[in-house]
Amino acid sequence: MKLGLLYSRIRKDEKLLLSELRDRGHEVAKIDVRKQRFGLNETTAEIADCDLVIDRCLATSRSLYATRFLSAYGVPVINSPETAAVCADKVKNSLALERAGVPTPATEVAFTKEAAMEAIEAFGYPCVIKPVVGSWGRLMAKLDTETAAEAILEHKATLGHYEHKVFYVQEYVDKPGRDIRVLACDGEPVAAMTRTSDHWLTNAAKGGETATFDLDDEAKELVRKASDAVGGGLLGVDLMETKDGEYTVHEVNHTVEFKALNEASAVDVPAAVVDWLELKAETGGEAVMTA
Amino acid sequence: MTESECVECGGTVTLHDDLEVGEIVDCETCGAELEVVDVSPPVLDRAPELEEDWGE
Repeated sequence: MKLGLLYSRIRKDEKLLLSELRDRGHEVAKIDVRKQRFGLNETTAEIADCDLVIDRCLATSRSLYATRFLSAYGVPVINSPETAAVCADKVKNSLALERAGVPTPATEVAFTKEAAMEAIEAFGYPCVIKPVVGSWGRLMAKLDTETAAEAILEHKATLGHYEHKVFYVQEYVDKPGRDIRVLACDGEPVAAMTRTSDHWLTNAAKGGETATFDLDDEAKELVRKASDAVGGGLLGVDLMETKDGEYTVHEVNHTVEFKALNEASAVDVPAAVVDWLELKAETGGEAVMTA
Repeated sequence: MTESECVECGGTVTLHDDLEVGEIVDCETCGAELEVVDVSPPVLDRAPELEEDWGE
């Protein structure tokens, strides 16, 4: 197959994918989105004879628009702009999970400091405030006291981009020092790992220690439902374990990084992803099950 | 292994063989993050600064 790869930075994740694709004899068109123009009917990007394009843009804004254009041209793109739009925005993400009946942390959104403070007080301390767009655990705050909450709201309202005035307040989930990352292809788990840290943020990007994790049937089912909730595709589903022994899904990521998962797990993650991409190319981007 | 010059400090940057355009390498002399903009021959430029919407 010929596969287009949208990027602006080649991380180790993309190198793993490129290596696997080339080893199998697939033709790859690397498309640096910074150098392209996207018109209403055509683009400078080399997509004309691609069977499939995979979006690996590092910048969410570019990912959202580039996939939207490619989809408009009729080019099958992983992930779809619809999935990207839901996953890129924590509000849309939370609403989609809730609507699909997937357990997800209680969340409220407010547009003023005063209303946000009411939401925070209603949750009680600690609770969490997050940017609606962002990744790698950046700009997330655990609010332990009223004074800390007031200071953070003041800073966000005064210093932030307008999106930071969309105050996304969430219950604090007292997880057992770890969360779970699952890479899934159209809802089918490929591999999973725990991310453990003494810090409340356990993201691998924040230095959380990773270890392979065997999903039970309940977690597998939640991954399927969470994937369906956002429109399916190549996704990173994040779960936490609650004190009650249940799972809660806090987000789904649409340009999932997997280098840490590939090292933590016995699964050859890039090989599994390329297996799935080959099937997707055959079906023109329609959902496929690998199990 | 090949070599190129750091655009920040002028030091020599040693590069591995499977270099990709778009990849980021670090200058071991000054610590600058450098983007590979060509591979034959290798050409390096300053890497873009982290943006708020970067991530997964």
